[in-house]
Amino acid sequence: MSSFNQALTSTLGKKLIMALTGLFLCAFLIVHLIGNLQLFKDDAGKAFNDYAYFMTHFTPIKAVSYLLYASIIIHALYALILTVYNRKARPIGYASFAGDKNSTWSSRNMGILGTVLLVFIATHMANFWWKFHNDEVPYIEYRTDLNTLETQVTELNASEFTDYQNFTQDGQEVTRARDLYKQVAYAFQNPILVAFYVLAMAAMSFHLIHGFNSAFQSLGFNHRKYIPIVRFLALWVFGIIIPIAFAAMPLYFFFCK
Amino acid sequence: MSEERTMNLTLKVWRQKNENEKGKFVTIQANGISSDMSFLEMLDVVNEDLTRKGEDPIYFDHDCREGICGMCSLHINGRPHGPKQGTTTCQLHMRSFHDGQTIVIEPWRAAAFPVIKDLAVDRTAFERIQQAGGYVSVNTGGVPDGNAIPIPKPSADEAFESATCIGCGACVAACKNASAMLFVSAKISQYALLPQGQAERYQRAQAMVEQMDREGFGACTVTKACEAECPVGIKLTNIARMNREYFNAKFFKEKTAHS
Amino acid sequence: MMLDSKIPEGPLAEKWSKHKFNLKLVNPANKRKFTIIVVGTGLAGASAAASLAELGYNVKTFCYQDSPRRAHSIAAQGGINAAKNYQNDGDSVYRLFYDTIKGGDYRAREANVYRLAEVSVNIIDQCVAQGVPFAREYGGLLDNRSFGGAQVSRTFYARGQTGQQLLLGAYSALNRQINAGKVTSYTRHEMLDVVMIDGHAKGIVTRDLKTGKIESHEGHAVLLCTGGYGNVFFLSTNAMGCNVTAAWRAHKRGAFFANPCYTQIHPTCIPVTGDHQSKLTLMSESLRNDGRVWVPKTVDLAEKLRKGELKPSDIKEDDRDYFLERKYPSFGNLVPRDVASRNAKMMCDEGRGVGKTGLAVFLDFADAIQRMGEDTVRAKYGNLFDMYYQITDENPYQQPMRIYPAVHYTMGGLWVDYNLMTSIPGLYALGECNFSDHGANRLGASALMQGLADGYFVIPYTVGDYLTSLGSFAPVDKNHPAFEATRKEVEGKVNKLLSLKGSKTVDDIHKKLGHIMWEYCGMARNEEGLKKAKGMIQELRKEFWSDVTVLGENEELNLSLEKAGRVADFLELGELMVDDALNRSESCGGHFREESATPEGEAKRDDENFAYVAAWQYNGDNQPETLHKEPLVFENVKLTQRSYK
Repeated sequence: MSSFNQALTSTLGKKLIMALTGLFLCAFLIVHLIGNLQLFKDDAGKAFNDYAYFMTHFTPIKAVSYLLYASIIIHALYALILTVYNRKARPIGYASFAGDKNSTWSSRNMGILGTVLLVFIATHMANFWWKFHNDEVPYIEYRTDLNTLETQVTELNASEFTDYQNFTQDGQEVTRARDLYKQVAYAFQNPILVAFYVLAMAAMSFHLIHGFNSAFQSLGFNHRKYIPIVRFLALWVFGIIIPIAFAAMPLYFFFCK
Repeated sequence: MSEERTMNLTLKVWRQKNENEKGKFVTIQANGISSDMSFLEMLDVVNEDLTRKGEDPIYFDHDCREGICGMCSLHINGRPHGPKQGTTTCQLHMRSFHDGQTIVIEPWRAAAFPVIKDLAVDRTAFERIQQAGGYVSVNTGGVPDGNAIPIPKPSADEAFESATCIGCGACVAACKNASAMLFVSAKISQYALLPQGQAERYQRAQAMVEQMDREGFGACTVTKACEAECPVGIKLTNIARMNREYFNAKFFKEKTAHS
Repeated sequence: MMLDSKIPEGPLAEKWSKHKFNLKLVNPANKRKFTIIVVGTGLAGASAAASLAELGYNVKTFCYQDSPRRAHSIAAQGGINAAKNYQNDGDSVYRLFYDTIKGGDYRAREANVYRLAEVSVNIIDQCVAQGVPFAREYGGLLDNRSFGGAQVSRTFYARGQTGQQLLLGAYSALNRQINAGKVTSYTRHEMLDVVMIDGHAKGIVTRDLKTGKIESHEGHAVLLCTGGYGNVFFLSTNAMGCNVTAAWRAHKRGAFFANPCYTQIHPTCIPVTGDHQSKLTLMSESLRNDGRVWVPKTVDLAEKLRKGELKPSDIKEDDRDYFLERKYPSFGNLVPRDVASRNAKMMCDEGRGVGKTGLAVFLDFADAIQRMGEDTVRAKYGNLFDMYYQITDENPYQQPMRIYPAVHYTMGGLWVDYNLMTSIPGLYALGECNFSDHGANRLGASALMQGLADGYFVIPYTVGDYLTSLGSFAPVDKNHPAFEATRKEVEGKVNKLLSLKGSKTVDDIHKKLGHIMWEYCGMARNEEGLKKAKGMIQELRKEFWSDVTVLGENEELNLSLEKAGRVADFLELGELMVDDALNRSESCGGHFREESATPEGEAKRDDENFAYVAAWQYNGDNQPETLHKEPLVFENVKLTQRSYK
């Protein structure tokens, strides 16, 4: 398999790894967004909390999540390796370098954008993922009357309850879950955090417009008939829709809740 | 034709005695420069003045002065071949500048292109990449008639577009990573697009890419600066094609590169 | 000394085949025992080096550029001729031969020209096989165009960059051999002398331009593929570095210089703008296929145009003189280069020139744009129009181009026999460096053809014959005292140049030389002017050696030193050109002696007295050279006065 090794350690191969991990992260973002849209549902967070449980307990998704963590680490690590490598390719810089005349700012500063995103991911995971996994979020019980479909919500204490439950009792559907929704609502009362989230989404927009396009280039896909589709997706889906939708979440909680 | 203007300019020129000594910027006044001069003619005038004063003239590479040999270089005010797109330095005219302007002139900067004197760099890394596989192995004589293999015009035209690369190195100079991929991919593409190049297609891609890496050029981060600064308009699609050829060769073909 | 052209016996069409059979061969196993030095890596040099290495010889190539691929062949735009007759329009080897002989005004050897036409067809096949992306038709077959006034379409082209593509093809073949270890490529090296042992060329002395190191290289044969000497005029379409040094130093070692006065002045160049001008830019002759050349009918109108009081579009149709169409109705704007150039000069001499300096005529595409539409014109000539716009800041789609003739090619060069060997055994000259195929005027798209013919298809056969005649496979003795002696001589010359600390720059002298050559030995020459020029050049040479300044030291990239060495040689060559032009008191092709003209002012040959090659032998510094005449015998074509009426 030395041919594979050789291929993957070449400059082209390193970029291939960047492209594949990057595209995987892009695909994850779509799933993540669809799930997170549950936050906008006005059901005291039930749909969202159900979703959170599903995502953390369904085995195939758990497997994918490890791939996801690996992707983030590999993507960042290779970015670092490539940056160092590329710096070495020009040990003496220019006194005058008019990069703005021939390229976009974001294309030249993917490292900075990526670092912002990495910090964001760390913050994001500390806020939600870590707390969710370490029992630091409150619990909640939903009781829905199956006849009237009215829901009663009760906060639970950790001692009363250890994991997700869903059962029917006396004509009522009872769901007990970790209330990640509340944690979200709580976290997004912090204006600094909200500002950081919005800023990070802006960085993500620029990172993804360039990154999504470039990934196809690195994979060797640049066909004049089909590349407009890639450009379109990069701009509209990854550059506009996804970042705006994500940015809307903290703003929604900050201003509307 | 815009009226001829005369201008006085301040040049900040990189001076370096040879590969081993340290260089520095030297400020030189260039007075009475006509807007009709080419950039290199302006330097000629400066050099004549320096020579008359007994000072060493500025060394810069140049030869055909019609934009085709690829010998001229120069990083002018932060851009390879100066502020005009689609031109080589020899085809850049002083009408692109204005009276009183300061012009910073630097050599191409890349580890693989060491400065040999003042503004001239050693670009033999490009030679070695081409020697690694930039050819079709046919001996003189004993070839089929030129019309024996019809080549569809679109393929011929596209191969030609890639083949117009003048090998000046502006792509390396413009790239923030000093990557040579536009150059290498143009060479690989020319042959990949033509039936004549098929027999050695995959060996070629591997050999040339590997030589490129050995020379210490950076990786591509798709800033597209190379495409924007290329004096003959080599397209970024070539790099995608190179990637394709290389991965195809490495992952799906049995033959490895001839060493 | 008798000049033996070694032209084979027999009918014209069989000479080359027979000759190839008669040439002695080197056994494949013995080829690797020989080393061949190739100086210059343009079309002739790169193709020769690659082909010889493929055969098994060890080859060393030298070029002054930083890469073999930058040789000035790369700048050829228009195309390459070949008698393929793909267009079914009546072309044949014989017709290409005939056109070339006639175009050269009957001052080339029949046998050489026929061979050139014969191998032209192989060149195209070879280049296609290498992956040269020639223009194609929609059916996928090779496209042709008519070029330089030819009545058939036999020119193969790659848009306006044919030279570039052909050179990259030859260069790729060279690279393959470098990779295979058969060729050692020396770049940024300038050849400064030939090493002679027992009357044979056995090596060269070079200066490494980067380090200044002067060293000798040994070889069993030396091939000079160093191009022409057009830069003797200072301003020409040649690259800045083009020079005569290699050929001239060989000349001083005994290689005869043939027909130095034959220079080609190309009609469609961008005019000079001022004293700062460093070179002239050619625009492909193909422009004359659709552009119309004119000047105003009266001096008065021309004056107003020059002052900017009138615009070209203000000149009414009736007030325009389409002088080429008027004087040469059947060829019109497509007359050969020498005729077109001379007529442009005549118009300017009459005071009807245009542009600020009055040294230009119009090349007008208004009719073509009206006839074919701007898009078609753009598709055909877009890159040339862009180039013109770039340089002049004038839009040729909206106003006529201004053009003026400029020195472009030198038909003269080192004298060679049919085997391309100079009068020094073991020393060959290929391509523009030799004199052999174009007579007194070269036709368009023939230079690329000749360079590649010599390199791919002639020298691989003929060099073997010489190597066999050496009678030994022994390597050249590196320790022979001649190597060190020649190296020392070169070193002495370099040091002499470095000791010059006068007040003039090398360019000052070069520009003066250029003015003298252009004025008196340019498009029109006469006895009085030439004699004057001879004196002026001698004076200038004295000025050079007494008052020029050469800065810096040898051990570095030294611009002044490089230039000084080249200009010193141009100063000697210039005088020989004048001598040759004086001697040839006829007009032929690019050489126009005012004393020898028809009543209409056309060039008049004197076949009785001048149907010969003038080969000059060097006799030492400041000594008159000896003229040897190689008679030109025409057995197949009838000598006629060229007429393009």
